[in-house]
Amino acid sequence: MIIEVESMTKTYSLGGSTIRALDNVSFGVETGEKMAIMGPSGSGKSTLMHLLGCLDRPDSGRYVLDGKNVSRLSKNALAEVRNRKIGFVFQTFNLLPRITALENVELPLLYAGHREARGRAEEALGIVGLSDRVDHEPNQLSGGERQRVAVARAIVTDPAIILADEPTGNLDTKTGEEIMRLFQELNDQGRTIIVVTHDPEVATHCSRQIHIRDGQIKHSEQMPTGGG
Amino acid sequence: MLFWTIVKVATKSLLANKLRSILAMLGIIIGVAAVISMLALGAGAQKRIVDRISSMGANLLIVRPGQRGRRGVRTGPVQTLTLNDAQALLEEVPAVEMIAPVVRGSGQFKYYNNNSQSVILGTSITYFPIRNFEVERGRAFTESEVERSARVAVLGATTVENLFENSDPFEETVKIKGVNFKVVGVLKAKGDQGWFNPDDQAIIPYTTAMKQLLGVDYLREIDLQAVEGADHAQVQAEASKVLRRRHRIQPEADDDFHIRNLVEMAQAASDVTQTFTILLGAVAGISLLVGGIGIMNIMLVTVTERTREIGIRKAIGARDRDILTQFLLEAIVMSGLGGLLGVLAGVGGAEAIANLSQFGTVINASSVVLALSVSAAVGIFFGFYPARRAALLDPIDALRYE
Repeated sequence: MIIEVESMTKTYSLGGSTIRALDNVSFGVETGEKMAIMGPSGSGKSTLMHLLGCLDRPDSGRYVLDGKNVSRLSKNALAEVRNRKIGFVFQTFNLLPRITALENVELPLLYAGHREARGRAEEALGIVGLSDRVDHEPNQLSGGERQRVAVARAIVTDPAIILADEPTGNLDTKTGEEIMRLFQELNDQGRTIIVVTHDPEVATHCSRQIHIRDGQIKHSEQMPTGGG
Repeated sequence: MLFWTIVKVATKSLLANKLRSILAMLGIIIGVAAVISMLALGAGAQKRIVDRISSMGANLLIVRPGQRGRRGVRTGPVQTLTLNDAQALLEEVPAVEMIAPVVRGSGQFKYYNNNSQSVILGTSITYFPIRNFEVERGRAFTESEVERSARVAVLGATTVENLFENSDPFEETVKIKGVNFKVVGVLKAKGDQGWFNPDDQAIIPYTTAMKQLLGVDYLREIDLQAVEGADHAQVQAEASKVLRRRHRIQPEADDDFHIRNLVEMAQAASDVTQTFTILLGAVAGISLLVGGIGIMNIMLVTVTERTREIGIRKAIGARDRDILTQFLLEAIVMSGLGGLLGVLAGVGGAEAIANLSQFGTVINASSVVLALSVSAAVGIFFGFYPARRAALLDPIDALRYE
């Protein structure tokens, strides 16, 4: 098990009233799994993603990532966990402007104090098929290419999980499918991938789906065929 | 290296907003330029004073007749100093090496059709070494010329120019107050000193001046030269004692003479410029402070604008301290660059002041280093608050920021 979540709860106070964004959620993810977390907006799906991504801490419950309990870590320790164990892919790509694709991919390694950042970053860009675009800045790349750079940045530290938040939301159907195919390739190489989406089409590419509503897991289903 | 990536990002974001960056740096540029040019002005004034005083003679003490004051009312200079006083000072004060009695007046100088109104200075041959006057052409007058009250004159460069225009004055005869004098020498120019031009005068033997030209028995001044390394205050005290005894001044009464010591004068003058420099520097420092506030303002805008970037960096593993370093470094790059431009502007400004006015300027390396380090310090100080704000942003809020 690469992820073990036990009775995780998160509440927010909003204008005096308390909102239970996540209510006693438990589940696990196996190494090498490709899982989709689904649910409409306001369901608690984003909160779950933030907690899984170590961007936030649960109020109660346990979250064990890659054998380490990360539910009570300090802010700096969480930053380190994000750096080493998690690769983020966002809907809006979230590349840094004004620096090249290569420098974007290098960045997590630089924060980790890595020595051979350049070589590893070039390798990662090779995996996503952008070896000829290393010196382009994000605004010189197409949407699909930007998302590939983002994927390269997510895998460059060789993280325990790749956490993708609506990775195809800003792409046309064809490019979206290309990105999902890239995820499939990475999954075939043994990487654990969690995709947060409200798009059933995207979810069908995954081997397992978790449906969230009102902060709770409504049902979890195993798909007959992993990948599409 | 993460450090170089950060510097590169900082420089690129400055270049991306050129106008804004320049406006933000303007305060620092002006501040540093002001500090440097003001300090250069101060150092220039200091140098001018030191030069002027050393041109007057290094170990010089000047005795002048005092003003006799009573109940706050001061009358004109009294006639108290005599040739015998001068002789006594030379004989009785051991540290006095040379003395020169001085009488001074002014009168009309005439050479054919040229006229000028200049200073007549009667003195002994020791005046030239004591006051650092060099004879450029011809010679100074001699001891025997003094003894026989010879009508010989050594003219200043300006006087020569006024009277002789382009012709050679040597061995010519000029009329001073209607009396014929032979020009035996011309002084090397010292340059106008503001209140008095030492180049526009005729130096003649004091015997001739007192008896034939000015008709005075008392001296206007006695110049003393102390031996090298003598304690000027000590010499001054001893000279004062000699003169009080000779003038029969009661113990509680005031002196009827003044003794001025050049080291003291130099000290007083340099204290004044020092204070002036500090004041100017402080005013310039305030503009540096204002410049720092300008940088803080821009950094706050930058942090807000780049909230999303901060979120991304945190998501991929930047710690609070990495973000703090980054924005602090950007502020320092901005203030450092502003400081460099300010140094250029300050050096240029100091040159311009020196060229366009009579004030000389001297740029010390220390003032450049000072201005640069202060501007870097301003960057750290005023960059810290915006950088801290960036560092403490919540990653989720930052990522959501539109």
